Amino acid sequence: MEKKIIFRMNSPYRDDFRITGFEFGVGEKTVAIVGAMRGDEIQQQYVCAQIVKRLMKIENDGKIDKGCKILVIPNANPFSMNLEKRFWSMDNTDINRMFPGYDKGETTQRIAAALFDTLKNYTYGIQLASFYMPGEFVPHVRMLDTGYQDTADAKFFELPYIYVRKPRPYDSTMLNYNWQIWNTFAFSIYSGLTNQLNTDLAEETIHAIFRFMNSKRIVTDLQRHGYVSEIVTDDNHVVVQSKKAGIYTKLVSANHAVEKGDLLARIIDPYNGDTLDEILSPCKGIVFFAHYRPLVLEDTIIFRIIEVK
Amino acid sequence: MVTEVFSSELPIDERLTIKKNRIKGGNSEKRFCIVTGTHGDELEGQYVCFLLSQFLQEHIDDVDGVIDIYPALNPLGIDSITRGIPNFDLDMNRIFPGDPRGAMAETAANAIYNDLLGAEMVIDIHASNIFLREIPQVRINVKNADLLVPYGKELNVDFIWIHEAATVLESTLAHSLNSVGTPCLVVEMGVGMRITRHYGTSLVNGILQLLKSLGFYRGEVDIENKEQFVSTQGEVEFLNAGCSGVFIPSIDNNQWMKKGEKIGMIVNALEGNVLETVVSPCDGLVFTLRAYPIVYEGSLMARIFKKN
Ligand SMILES: [Zn+2]
Repeated sequence: MEKKIIFRMNSPYRDDFRITGFEFGVGEKTVAIVGAMRGDEIQQQYVCAQIVKRLMKIENDGKIDKGCKILVIPNANPFSMNLEKRFWSMDNTDINRMFPGYDKGETTQRIAAALFDTLKNYTYGIQLASFYMPGEFVPHVRMLDTGYQDTADAKFFELPYIYVRKPRPYDSTMLNYNWQIWNTFAFSIYSGLTNQLNTDLAEETIHAIFRFMNSKRIVTDLQRHGYVSEIVTDDNHVVVQSKKAGIYTKLVSANHAVEKGDLLARIIDPYNGDTLDEILSPCKGIVFFAHYRPLVLEDTIIFRIIEVK
Repeated sequence: MVTEVFSSELPIDERLTIKKNRIKGGNSEKRFCIVTGTHGDELEGQYVCFLLSQFLQEHIDDVDGVIDIYPALNPLGIDSITRGIPNFDLDMNRIFPGDPRGAMAETAANAIYNDLLGAEMVIDIHASNIFLREIPQVRINVKNADLLVPYGKELNVDFIWIHEAATVLESTLAHSLNSVGTPCLVVEMGVGMRITRHYGTSLVNGILQLLKSLGFYRGEVDIENKEQFVSTQGEVEFLNAGCSGVFIPSIDNNQWMKKGEKIGMIVNALEGNVLETVVSPCDGLVFTLRAYPIVYEGSLMARIFKKN
């Protein structure tokens, strides 16, 4: 294992900003794994820390395949995490909206440029990502439908779902998109909650990443099997939105099976406790996403259900 | 007449409402829209909306057509000094044209977009951000330059910046409207969280001039003659901080500089030393100057227009 400072920048009054990477094995750039890029991605950081720990042992046991190099960057934005802010502390910009970066540009563009310079040319890129809306997902691999995505390889993670999504204009500035454009097979893994730690779900993610690396003969580290992944797109999702704003109590969580008409959640009047709305499942299916904050606005997407016909 | 463009319920006994004021004179049904406040930390447009609304109501006999003024597209952002929409941590100017079946931010964006569609002209007023001070300028996507530059010049601004098309900008309000044939001009001026009065009065005169040339207004317009620059007459140079520290400018914005002339310095306040002397990279007009003193390596310090 080699610990490397990938980017360093001084600050007017804080310690130096440093992005630290951990390299395992020698040879071709094979897999790059990126954890937290935003300050609230603690789950993602934890998963990477566990991966670093396991890879150290695997490397000592001589079980990293010859000619394969693995890079893990547990946190590309420790400054924001130390302040418990999601985005860059000074100007609130998002490093994951700055790719491929620009080394003569603004601060977060420079950070993205240094990161991308290190991360490009790997065969596989894995990012532990988070969603901008507060909620929990069934663990899945997410891919942008750029025409370069490879769902066959994504199946090696053996997570329940592979979600292929049409890119929107702002996606063109994300790491995943730029990896793909630069010929890296890119996978974003969504698991668990933002700003919270769930070590059981973290274990699932770690197993999935090692399953992938084992199937690709990058490491020899047999794991128990996972799922036969199902590929889903937006066409398979039934979106359930709140019709009222208020206090939200949910009765089902991500991964629950529901029947058409099942009670999913209630919206409660914040003054007298009356039920303002009962949210019923519009179809039979599996809850893929569930909003979890205690307040909801009107039209909030509170569930995404993968319909089972 | 004040009407609601969009309304949505908030969790505890409050409605979010986006409003506009419709000022109508004469018989023409043609519509001209002024919008601002997409970014909650940009307030220069507030003064423009006030002055224009007051002026047009006082001169209603000279008005022919409908002038809709939308002073706050992101009311919760303005209330909380938040650039984006607070509940979503989302830049509203990256979600247009919105989605009628989306979450609240998207339904709001979609309602605004639909309300503006079909106008003769939309002026979207921005005020940079809290970090940079800008001279009054119109920014135009190169794809729309032929159509929009002549209108932009009428707005009495100092500078017209024709910028490259970028995928990420396709979800701005201006791009969404321009791409379906509703012309939209983006004005950037001043600095975040403040009102620069003389910029406001100058832009109002420019808007009246444009209203006049489009037949919405037939009264007097008070325009001083000034030289306007278009970015295609030269090049825009970016000047970024080479180190982190405290920036002390030695000039005001809107000054012509010689190459090598001092713009300011980045200092270390703890040790009392100068870390970097910031100088102009070329002969040109400083049209953007850093307003927020704390800088990191890479922070934008100035933009300079170099005339050919
Ligand atoms: Zn703005």
